[in-house]
Amino acid sequence: MAADTSQSVVKAADDGVGNDSAVRGRSRWTDSGNTGNTRNTRNAGGLRRALATHWYAWAMVAPVVLVLGVIIGWPLVRGVYLSLTDANERNVARDIGARHIDATYEFIGLDNYTAVLGDPVFLQRLVWTVVWTVACVSITFVLGLTLANMLNRQFRGRAAYRMALILPWAVPGFVSVFAWRFLFNRDNGILNKVLDGGGIAAVPWLDDPTWAKFSVIAVNVWLGIPFMMVALLGGLQSIPGELYEAAEMDGASAWQRFRHITMPGLRTVSMTVILLSTIWTFNMFPVIFLLTRGGPGDSTEILVTQAFREAFITSPRDFAVSATWGVLILLLLMIFALVYRRSLRKQGEVW
Amino acid sequence: MRRGIAATALVAALALAATACGGEDKGDGGTDAGGELSGTVTWWDTANDAEKASFQKIAEAFTAKHPKVTVKYVNVPYGDAQNKVKNAFSSGSDAPDVIRADVGWVADFASLGYLDEVPADMAKKVDSEFLPQAAASGKYEGKTYAVPQVIDTLGLFYNKKMLADAGVQPPKTLAELKTAAEAIKAKTGKAALYLRGDDSYWFLPLIYGEGGDLVDAKNKTVTVDNEAGVKAFKTARDLVASGAAITNATDGYANMQTAFKTGEAAMMINGPWAVADTYAGDQFKDKANLGIAAVPAGSAKAGAPQGGHDLGVYAGSKNRAAAHAFVEYMTSQEVQVQSAKELSLLPTRTAAYEQPDVKSSEMVAFFKPAVDKAVERAWIPENGSLFEPLKVEYTKAITGASSPEDAAKAAGIEFRKILKGWK
Repeated sequence: MAADTSQSVVKAADDGVGNDSAVRGRSRWTDSGNTGNTRNTRNAGGLRRALATHWYAWAMVAPVVLVLGVIIGWPLVRGVYLSLTDANERNVARDIGARHIDATYEFIGLDNYTAVLGDPVFLQRLVWTVVWTVACVSITFVLGLTLANMLNRQFRGRAAYRMALILPWAVPGFVSVFAWRFLFNRDNGILNKVLDGGGIAAVPWLDDPTWAKFSVIAVNVWLGIPFMMVALLGGLQSIPGELYEAAEMDGASAWQRFRHITMPGLRTVSMTVILLSTIWTFNMFPVIFLLTRGGPGDSTEILVTQAFREAFITSPRDFAVSATWGVLILLLLMIFALVYRRSLRKQGEVW
Repeated sequence: MRRGIAATALVAALALAATACGGEDKGDGGTDAGGELSGTVTWWDTANDAEKASFQKIAEAFTAKHPKVTVKYVNVPYGDAQNKVKNAFSSGSDAPDVIRADVGWVADFASLGYLDEVPADMAKKVDSEFLPQAAASGKYEGKTYAVPQVIDTLGLFYNKKMLADAGVQPPKTLAELKTAAEAIKAKTGKAALYLRGDDSYWFLPLIYGEGGDLVDAKNKTVTVDNEAGVKAFKTARDLVASGAAITNATDGYANMQTAFKTGEAAMMINGPWAVADTYAGDQFKDKANLGIAAVPAGSAKAGAPQGGHDLGVYAGSKNRAAAHAFVEYMTSQEVQVQSAKELSLLPTRTAAYEQPDVKSSEMVAFFKPAVDKAVERAWIPENGSLFEPLKVEYTKAITGASSPEDAAKAAGIEFRKILKGWK
C-alpha cells in the first residue's frame, strides 16, 4: 500500500507541489482508464462483454474470492447471526467424545443490542477507546514524522539508527509488552529503580488509573512508531530533491519548506497510515490485555478487551453478547472509515 | 492479533459450529483383550513452578503399576488453565484425559457435561475416606465428578525474626495487625503486611471476617453488597490507606512473594502451595524463620476460604478406564503423603493425616486445623465467574479509585448479571 501511495505522491510532486489544485485534481480512478471504462459501461450487455473479455482475469481472481469468502465472509455472517440469538456455552452444539449435544439456542432479535447499548459500560468503554485511539495515533504520527525527517538526511551511521528504530517492529508484540510490564513494575521495576536513584518517589505505573492509561498509550506508541516512520520515510524519499533546492534558491525558510513541500508531498501517505493505524489501535487487544488486563479495576478496558471478557471470562461463555460487541465494533469502524473517506473526498483526495 | 478479538470470537463460534458435525462412537477403549489397562493418559496439571517437577515424577511413576499405559504430563499455568481446558473440551480435539481443576471449576465443567462421573466404587470411597468438605467440592447436583487431590486454605505467613525485632506477636485480629504495623514500621522501617490487591480470592478472608459471604446459594441471594460486604471493602481500603499493608494492582502474586522473601513485608496472606517457593527466599534460608498463623479476624470472626484441586476425567476421553485408574492413583494415600512431605501440600484423605511423614510436617500441623475451620464456598457453576467482576471492584476499592460503598454496589450488580434470577 505504501508503494502505491508513494507513487501517486511522485506524480503529484512532478506536477509541482505547492500547487494544491494539482494534487487535489489527481485521482487514481481517473488516472486508470480501465476502471473508468468498466464503471461507465456497467449495464447488462456491458457486463456480459466484460466477462467475455476478461474471463481469464475472473478465473484468476475466483480462488481468492472463494478463500476470502470462507475465512472472512462466513464467520462474519455467522457472527452477525449469533448476535441475534442467545447462544452461549450451555446451548451451542458440541461433541463430547462420542456424545453429541444439539444446539438449543434461539433467535431473539435485537435484544442483545438493546442490552449492550443500554448498559452504561458501553459508553464508558467507547469514550476511553476513542481517547486511547486519538492519543495513540496522533502521538505516533507526530513522533514518526519527526524521526522520519531526522533520518531523511545524510549522516554517519544512518543505517544503524534505522535498524534501532525499526527494532520494536521486529520483536513479537507480546514479548515487548511483557518486557514493558517488567519495566513498569512499581516495586521491582527498572523504571522506578532509576527514578529512585534520582531521588524521585516511585510512580505507580500500572497501579493508578491515570498512570495506567499513560503507560498503555506509551507502550502502544513505542510499538507503533516504526511502522509510521518507515511509511513516512518512504513518502519523504519520493519527494524530489529539486523542489527543496528550488525553494531554497527562492529563499524559503526551513519551516516554509516543511510546510509547503514536505507536508503536501506526504499527504497521501499520511492519510493512509493514519487510517490504518486508527483501525489497528482501535482494536489493539494485546497491549492492553497483556499490560494491564484492562486494570487497575476496569480503567483501561477498551471495546475489544471487553468483548473478550464477555466471551471468555464469564461462565457460561456468552457467545451471543460477545458477537454483539464484535458487530458493534465493526459498525463503528465502518462508520469511521466512511466519514473519513468522505472528508477526504471533500478535500479532493479520492481513494 | 491486530484484527482483534471480534474476529477471534467469530472464529471460535465457527469452530464450535464446525465441530458439531462428525464424531462417532469409538467405544470405551483403554483395556486390551486381557482386561489390562493400556493407552495414553494425558494429564494437564496446574501446579506452580516449585511443585511441578515433583508432580511429574509422581505421575510418570504410574507406569510402574500399569506398564501398558503411557502418562503424558503437561503443565498448564494456573492462570490460563480454565480457558485452555474449556477450549480443548468444547472442541474435543487434543483434549486432555485428566485435568487438575481448581475446586471452583468443577461444578462449572460438570454442568457443561465435560466431566465423566466418577465410577461408583471410587465415588463411595470419596464419601467415606476423604475429608467431607473436600469431597463436597467434587460434587454437582448430588453426583461425584471429581476426586479431591489436595485441599488448602489461606493463612498468615510471618517472618519470625522481623516480628521479634519489632517486639510483637503474630496478630490475631486486624486491629492487632494495625497496632503491630506501627511497631514494625518504627523498628524495621518495613511494611507489616503485603495484601494482594489484584486478585479477589484475597478479599474472601476480609468478607468472611466481617461475617459476610459473596452469595447465599441456599436462598439464591447475592450478599456481597450487604452491610458486611461494604465493611469488608472498607477494611481493605483502610489497611492500605493506613500504611499497615502494601499492595499492587498488577503482578500482585510475584510482588507479594518478592516482598515477603526479601523482608520488605513482614507478613503475607498465602496458602500451602507457596511454602516451597517461600523457603527459597533469602529471609528463610533458615526454614524455622517462617511462621504461619490463622488469618487475622475481622470484627466478626476469622475465616479463610476453602480451596484446593480436584482431578476430573474428560467425558470424551478415549481412555476413560485408564484415566479413572490414574486419578485413583494420584489421589491415593501414598501419593498424598509424598506430596505432603515434599511440597507441604495437604492430603484430602482422612487417614493420610495419621502417617508419620504427614504428622511431622510443621506446615501440615498448622494448616490442618485451619482447613477444618475453612469456609466452604458455594459450589455453583458460576463460582469462577464471580471472581472477575469482584476483582475489578476490589482493586478499585483497595487503591481508592472507588469508595467501598460504590465498589460493593457495583459488585452486586455484576453478580446479579451472572446469576440470573437471584435476589
